[in-house]
Amino acid sequence: MSSVRVLVGTRKGAFILTSDEKRANWQVSGPHFAGWEIYHINGSPADPNRLYASQSSGWFGQVIQRSDDGGQTWNPVGNQFAYEGETGTHQWYDGTQHPWGFTRVWNLQPSLDDPDTVYAGVEDAALFKSTDGGQTWRELPGLRSAKGHLWQPGAGGMCLHTILLDPSNPDRIYVAISAAGAFRTDDGGQTWLPINKGLKSDYELPDPDADVGHCVHNLAMHPSRPGVLFMQKHWDVMRSDDAGGLWREVSGNLPSDFGFPIAVHAHEPETVYVVPIKSDSEHYPPEGKLRVYRSRGGSEQWEALTNGLPQKDCYVNVLRSAMAVDRLDSCGIYFGTTGGQVYVSPDSGDHWQPIVHDLPAVLSVEVQTLP
Amino acid sequence: MIRVTLPYHLRLLSKVGSEVSLELEGPVTQRAILDALEARYPMLRGTIRDHQTKERRPFIRFFACGEDWSHEGPDAPLPEAVASGREVFRIVGAMAGG
Repeated sequence: MSSVRVLVGTRKGAFILTSDEKRANWQVSGPHFAGWEIYHINGSPADPNRLYASQSSGWFGQVIQRSDDGGQTWNPVGNQFAYEGETGTHQWYDGTQHPWGFTRVWNLQPSLDDPDTVYAGVEDAALFKSTDGGQTWRELPGLRSAKGHLWQPGAGGMCLHTILLDPSNPDRIYVAISAAGAFRTDDGGQTWLPINKGLKSDYELPDPDADVGHCVHNLAMHPSRPGVLFMQKHWDVMRSDDAGGLWREVSGNLPSDFGFPIAVHAHEPETVYVVPIKSDSEHYPPEGKLRVYRSRGGSEQWEALTNGLPQKDCYVNVLRSAMAVDRLDSCGIYFGTTGGQVYVSPDSGDHWQPIVHDLPAVLSVEVQTLP
Repeated sequence: MIRVTLPYHLRLLSKVGSEVSLELEGPVTQRAILDALEARYPMLRGTIRDHQTKERRPFIRFFACGEDWSHEGPDAPLPEAVASGREVFRIVGAMAGG
């Protein structure tokens, strides 16, 4: 019987939630690394027992943990993230130039075919790669050459928060940075192209059509159609059918097109999920109703999914890395909230139930589907 | 023998007990203690001081003999009581965070 392992990063540790394919009864393991912020914990597609976790703290800095047994035991690996060459500067909040400085790892993305190869998206924004299981890290500095001096931090810092690996082309990687935009490499990370044409940032940028500077919150892609990208931007839900060459808005009838995460159904490449949030100054669901919205068939019409979710007095947020899907026949959708709930829908969003109610604020959710 | 204590989270990270004993050769300074500590427990690299600059992380403090040594130079000799092992060199996570 198949099973699922949900990897949850929170403000105060990591939790691992496991269930069989019914996804009705759950075992909770944790907190792992109690007291530390776990921005991301993710598993290798090539070896599901290989996990990587980003553990950080304002006191003690960055630690990377690795497990080779599915999260039962962990060992720290390399935590030195040194920018390559001239460190350079980026735009600061006041418009002046500010030196690049490492703060933390936001995203860990293991290679699709090698458990020892893993990418790390960091703050201040840059992409690092390890080919020795996380022991050593090397920056792919070409990314910061893509007008890095014009990038600026969003409210959460200048973070590289999303990494998508193209399963059909090992040289193609997409990343997203707040507030710089989306970028693509077609040569394994040596050179990068800003892919922000069609984005409109009327309230955030003096030139709303600028090449870079857009506050992209999250990207999603279905592995069977890696040229089709979906984006939750600061405002606007966007879609590109040409690998980011041009974006168009698909916000349609959403009650708010502000939000953080975006996800694609495991078996329906045209079915997309978002969690609308009222606004950038009111980080909670509109009307106090926690609703996931689903668009099917490439439509701009979005359907509210509410069954099992609180529909009154709910003022949690759902952060950008806190939604994921499993690959079981009946696709499961998962998301975590800043109130510490992790919800699952085992039927593509039609019905929801909480797996846990009272974790620390959830920063990230990933799901492994195990044979 | 130098005696060192670590903050709770770093004890967990390095899987050590309440006190670590280190053998040092030469003058007993902050730098010498941290070099020896990181050599024995490589997972502590970057958690007490910066990997490259070797500057103390902002929310880390060094206490010894009832005094705060955090702002002394890394090569300043520490008190004889620390060098002889009578007193503990304390690496402390600063009170911060509300």
